[in-house]
Amino acid sequence: MTRPRLGLVVNPLAGIGGPAGLNGSDDAAAIQRAIAAGARPQATERAARAMAAFRRESDASVVTGPGALGADAANCADIVPHFITGTAEDTRALVAAMQDRVDLILFCGGDGTARDVAAANQAGVPILGVPAGVKMHSGIFSRTPERAGQGAAAFLAAPQHPTELVEILDIDEAARARGRLSAEVHTVARAPLLQTALQGPKSAGNSAVGDLDAALARYVAEMQPGVTYVIGPGTTMAALKDRLGGGTLLGVDAARNGRIVGRNLDRAGIETLATAGAVRIALGVVGGQGFLLGRGNQQIGPATLRRVGRDAIDVFCTPAKLAALPRGLCVDTGEAALDAEFAGYMQIATGPGRRQVVRVGS
Amino acid sequence: MTAPISRRSTSRFEGYHAPRWAEPVVHELSKAGRRGLVFDCPKTEPNLPEMARRQTAPDLPEMTEHDALRHYLHLSQMCLGMMGVSLFGTCTMKYNPRIGERASLEHLAHLHPLQHPDTLQGLLEVYAIFSDMLCELSGMDQFVFQAGGGADAAYTHACVTREWLKARGELGQRDQIVTTIQTHPCSPATANAAGFEVITLSLEEGGYPSLDQLKSVLGPRTAALMVNNPDDMGIYNPDIKEWVRLVHEAGGLCFYDHANFNGVMTRLRARELGFDACMFMLHKTFGAPKGGGGPAVGAYGCSEELKPFLPGPLVVRDGDRFRLEDGEQSLGRVREFMGNAPQVLKAYAWARGMGAEGLREAADLSVLANNYMDKRLGEVRGVSRSNPDVDVPRMEMTRHSFEQVTADTGCTVVDISMRMTDYGIDALWLSHEPWLVAEPFTPEAGELWSKEDIDYWIDVLAAVVDEAYESPETVKSAPHKAPIHQLKGDALEDPARWATTWAAYLRKHGAPVSDRERDQETPFPIGGQSA
Repeated sequence: MTRPRLGLVVNPLAGIGGPAGLNGSDDAAAIQRAIAAGARPQATERAARAMAAFRRESDASVVTGPGALGADAANCADIVPHFITGTAEDTRALVAAMQDRVDLILFCGGDGTARDVAAANQAGVPILGVPAGVKMHSGIFSRTPERAGQGAAAFLAAPQHPTELVEILDIDEAARARGRLSAEVHTVARAPLLQTALQGPKSAGNSAVGDLDAALARYVAEMQPGVTYVIGPGTTMAALKDRLGGGTLLGVDAARNGRIVGRNLDRAGIETLATAGAVRIALGVVGGQGFLLGRGNQQIGPATLRRVGRDAIDVFCTPAKLAALPRGLCVDTGEAALDAEFAGYMQIATGPGRRQVVRVGS
Repeated sequence: MTAPISRRSTSRFEGYHAPRWAEPVVHELSKAGRRGLVFDCPKTEPNLPEMARRQTAPDLPEMTEHDALRHYLHLSQMCLGMMGVSLFGTCTMKYNPRIGERASLEHLAHLHPLQHPDTLQGLLEVYAIFSDMLCELSGMDQFVFQAGGGADAAYTHACVTREWLKARGELGQRDQIVTTIQTHPCSPATANAAGFEVITLSLEEGGYPSLDQLKSVLGPRTAALMVNNPDDMGIYNPDIKEWVRLVHEAGGLCFYDHANFNGVMTRLRARELGFDACMFMLHKTFGAPKGGGGPAVGAYGCSEELKPFLPGPLVVRDGDRFRLEDGEQSLGRVREFMGNAPQVLKAYAWARGMGAEGLREAADLSVLANNYMDKRLGEVRGVSRSNPDVDVPRMEMTRHSFEQVTADTGCTVVDISMRMTDYGIDALWLSHEPWLVAEPFTPEAGELWSKEDIDYWIDVLAAVVDEAYESPETVKSAPHKAPIHQLKGDALEDPARWATTWAAYLRKHGAPVSDRERDQETPFPIGGQSA
């Protein structure tokens, strides 16, 4: 086996809009305004912090891009030749060039960078984010640059290279401009499966994911014959779909009698199912803002929701993810009156025989 | 290993360094024929069944008494010896008076639980009187000392609930136990283990779940409420009486996990708040030693109504005599015999020594010390506390956060905790999971620690935070003055490398540890902490 190698990709302009209050650094005009306002890029410094932590624990070789794309943050790395354009194309080209040479891509940026990395990463190399963006709703980011560096070192050192699927989210900028915060799941990527960094002396290992999987297993075992289960998007629901023969990751699917019977259903298709017989709806929680309905699952329309009713909705989420939602869950069905009906306390399945009460706002 | 009081000041911080011994594993110290005590060989072969006879002698290290003593002294010196300033929240760290050890040696070492109760009258009297004392403190009608720890006492309650429901014909119908996210994880865990579904309430604006949230889950399936109060963040729920009333109205029992009793000793009685049962930890609140998961005692107390279901045997007073009795409706046993009798005796001695006035003073000191710490910690750069908008006074502990320090410097609570080791401070208690507060730590001073101890602890913490801002690398790469530097901890994730016994070590590694580089990798889990 060859020695593991780390790829480093820095988006030098990531986060530049943050201090300037620009809600992101997605478009070129915004970046120009930020620089004109005196903003200084911080991505290189944050990448250097991650690399310092990485170097403390690993002597793996590093592959990166020239100058601000990575070389500035990492000493003694192999440089992939690339002409810097100062656009997202840099990230994509660098990832494409290194994907079959490295075992892990450590990238430094925000949600936009994560999308670019995931899109160019056709080989499916595991990726891990150093937080440096304005928006970081995706689960791909470590909490600090140091943790990203330590996590990368631990992953490369682990003989099994354990990974998990993580959702890549981003905010819909057009919707935000209209005053609506709307995080969408864009894709999923393989990320290192890291122990919740550095456990305290009294805590046990993290078994939350296993607990949730056991809750899904029990849910499947207790499914009622003849009832149609409409199952939402996301990784948690994909795990449920896997137990029913496999479904889509980002679509709304339906199952009956223990098997998936419809994939990637649209609003009309779901409404047809809901009028045909008994229906329950199973949902995960889209990270960041904690949307239960109306983000990534708009296929489940108001008519269906009204017909099925709140009591026939089953939600699954880990306690850690719920803990990260300071304002609880929220719904945006598209109809204010229906949102109000869905508001209030809801019990979310967190494990086998375990439910947590969370307040749903509208 | 904390510096003497007179020398404690920031300028003397640099003087500390932990001792470091090149200490082999005890098996490597073994030399054939070495002995501590030499016993006479038995004249006759012991009469054992063939199946029970060993074919080969056990592979025990052979060494002298002083070799063994020195070995363990060295090990204790390399892990702070548990004699530093340890403000370990939710654990109520107390000095364990040595007289308790002597009392249990003198009075219990020659007893056996299978003796006839007539020959155990003194011990049974201790159990009976101590039960009375705890009943006085809690308002309950009977205590049982069988549970081997707090979680075991919580489990006892889940089992009592089951038997109570069975007697009422409601078992199966009432299958949900309600708890809160800030209740100790042993409540939901033991409720699950006893077959109940667990409904966990989330915190709201006041720092605890609202009455409306509680009402949303109560109903014909409610079997019990299991909560602690004050909770893990040190916040006392002012609606607790109403909570109990609502749960009773729904038809469930109420259990008070009194793990955090220290701040309210003699100030409130669980029964007067309406609770049906409660639990005290003798190895925390009542001065008996703890460590390594036992031996401990979770003293479980309950109302007259629940008494028939308690695990047996119960000590029953019969004139001036005492006997052991198993009730007909008893749930059976949660542990062997009468539990950890030496711990009960030590806690009894401690409580007798303190007296009612002493307990009250201790409770007040706990709250005073915590509020002093809260004030001083609030002055440390980047340190905040949980629920900053909640202005109710904190009881015996407060949850704080290094979130701002981490954001500014990259140094996490674990980094800071490790760096504090360089000043002889034991690891910080962080938080149960999931973390509701980022980069949390939860100190608790109790009544034991002097103002000088508390000041030293906070001075060290403040100095490390300053260092995080000035020289973050020093903090992140800590400890520097501990016997073992940062562990990568990956050996603990790798079944091919970890070993918890010598036999497993030889099987997996083949060679004794002395042939390897001890600095690089520690194949034996040392403590629970990894970095």
